[in-house]
Amino acid sequence: MKHLIPEFEVWKKRYPAGFEGSLVIPCCRRIQEDRGYVADSDIAELAEYLSVPRIQVEEVLAFYTQFRRKPIGQWHVQLCHNVSCSMRGSEGLLVHLRNKLGVAPGQTTADGKFTLSTVECLASCGTAPMMMVNDTYYENLDAQKVDTLLAMLAEGAPS
Amino acid sequence: MSGGTKLFMNFDITPTSHTLAEYKARGGYQALAKALKEMKPDQVTKEVLSSGLLGHGGAAFLAGRKWGVVKLNDGQPHYLCMNADEGEPGTFKDRWFLENTPHLLLESMLIGSYALQGRHSFIYIRGEFDLAYRRMAESLEEAYAAGLFGENIMGTDFSCDLVIYRGAGSYVCGEASAMLTSLEGKKGYPRNRPPRLTVAGLYQKPTVVNNVETLANVPYIVTHGAEGFRKVGTATSPGTQVISVSGHINTPGVYELEYGYPFADFLANECGGMLNGSELKCVVPGGISTKVLTREDIMPLAMDHNSFVAAGSQLGSQGMIVVAEGTCMVRLLQVMLRFYHHESCGQCTPCREGMGWLERISNRLVAGEGRPEDISRLYQISRANDGTTICGLGDAAGYATVGILDKYRHEFEYYIENKRSMYEGRLEVAGLGESARAIAASAVA
Repeated sequence: MKHLIPEFEVWKKRYPAGFEGSLVIPCCRRIQEDRGYVADSDIAELAEYLSVPRIQVEEVLAFYTQFRRKPIGQWHVQLCHNVSCSMRGSEGLLVHLRNKLGVAPGQTTADGKFTLSTVECLASCGTAPMMMVNDTYYENLDAQKVDTLLAMLAEGAPS
Repeated sequence: MSGGTKLFMNFDITPTSHTLAEYKARGGYQALAKALKEMKPDQVTKEVLSSGLLGHGGAAFLAGRKWGVVKLNDGQPHYLCMNADEGEPGTFKDRWFLENTPHLLLESMLIGSYALQGRHSFIYIRGEFDLAYRRMAESLEEAYAAGLFGENIMGTDFSCDLVIYRGAGSYVCGEASAMLTSLEGKKGYPRNRPPRLTVAGLYQKPTVVNNVETLANVPYIVTHGAEGFRKVGTATSPGTQVISVSGHINTPGVYELEYGYPFADFLANECGGMLNGSELKCVVPGGISTKVLTREDIMPLAMDHNSFVAAGSQLGSQGMIVVAEGTCMVRLLQVMLRFYHHESCGQCTPCREGMGWLERISNRLVAGEGRPEDISRLYQISRANDGTTICGLGDAAGYATVGILDKYRHEFEYYIENKRSMYEGRLEVAGLGESARAIAASAVA
């Protein structure tokens, strides 16, 4: 984590003085972006850097769904299956993804390339069904588009 | 033009239309100049109050009244926070603003911060909104470089810093007090009131939290005055609303409508009619936390607050989900209840336990293992939850449940008695998603 401190120092300048604790979430996001997950050592170092209790960092990591404390696959495929997406075909797409990847939601493929998750509404209901792969939204999906995308991702290049 | 006057969707979206240069070419930041140079902070608030601007986050509270609670000369710091934690299922309108008019939102934040005399302000964006976040962050740097943030803005003694704060995955953080707790770098637990957030909000200081679209109206009000704003919309719902609509229609998307636009016209024109020639069954009008309206309920309605409240529901977060005949309401409720259970933060017992009970009962109904008493249990849990928790998440789950049970009780009774859906458990309409269903069927075989 320590190599990120210069970036964190820049961020601090726009917060009111004395409330650096607000940076717990942005710092955890940045650490995860850097390492792929937040390690125990990051928690200790961040707590010390921001002068917050270690439990505050632990709670944040446990509370917000985007944080993880273990590595996952190279591509995190998150299929929305809430109301609007279900009404436009996401339930079939989930079956398709399970078959195609050979894993259930929450699991990672043996080659470490894909982790499959289901999520509840990514505010993309007008372009349902949709999924998010790492940070990118893929919308108006059908089985064929999913296949094309997975093939591209397996090669290592997102569109 | 269909849907009436456009306050926001009145320019062509191009790869550069979101930039500072093009926003300025459309007249951007002139309202800020007017506010800073010609108006006192409390005059801005008075103008917003007399414009009748209502909050667009769901509760439709008078925006100016919320601002007016903050006492300008109390010697304390004041904070303004834009709520861009859009996560109510069916709602995706704020994303349109974040991605397409970032500078309008920054200008709104500056004017709002000036009115409230805030030195530090925040925009809280849901963590999953990557493009929206990048757009806002890049635009903010553009604005800083142009001297629109920082010290002595436009040569006045007004100074303001802004942070674009990115959440990390939590529906409940869209609740204002939870959002502020999250902004303090903690898990997003809602807080008990009193004290109100306008008395003790972020860092225990007076704080105003407004929805994206609410604040987006402020530059127009400053430019045209309260009277100019009131010329748009209806007497009790002035202005426009940006509706996000999805479900079984031909052209889902985001549309700006003057308040009072007839729903029937909206369905036929903007929505492009029902998908694949299907018939309208019902509409979830304002995010899944609002009560469902049947075809008969909604077809005669004008789209304004009073009409929807009189019909027993609300415009809520302006996220409409249009549902076709042939859709199974038991399964639809199951999907909704899975959402609430997933998103309950676990702080209050009635919601933490109640959301689990509701979801498990709906799962058992869908599995064909429903019991005759399950319908009254769903009612009981929904009503027992109402008003007993710190925030409204559990209440909202109850409204969704009671709304569907009141109108479609017979589908639940049929499911329990026959151990199967009246509509084969369908959520999609015929003709759509056939390929996906075929795949699903082959997987079962």
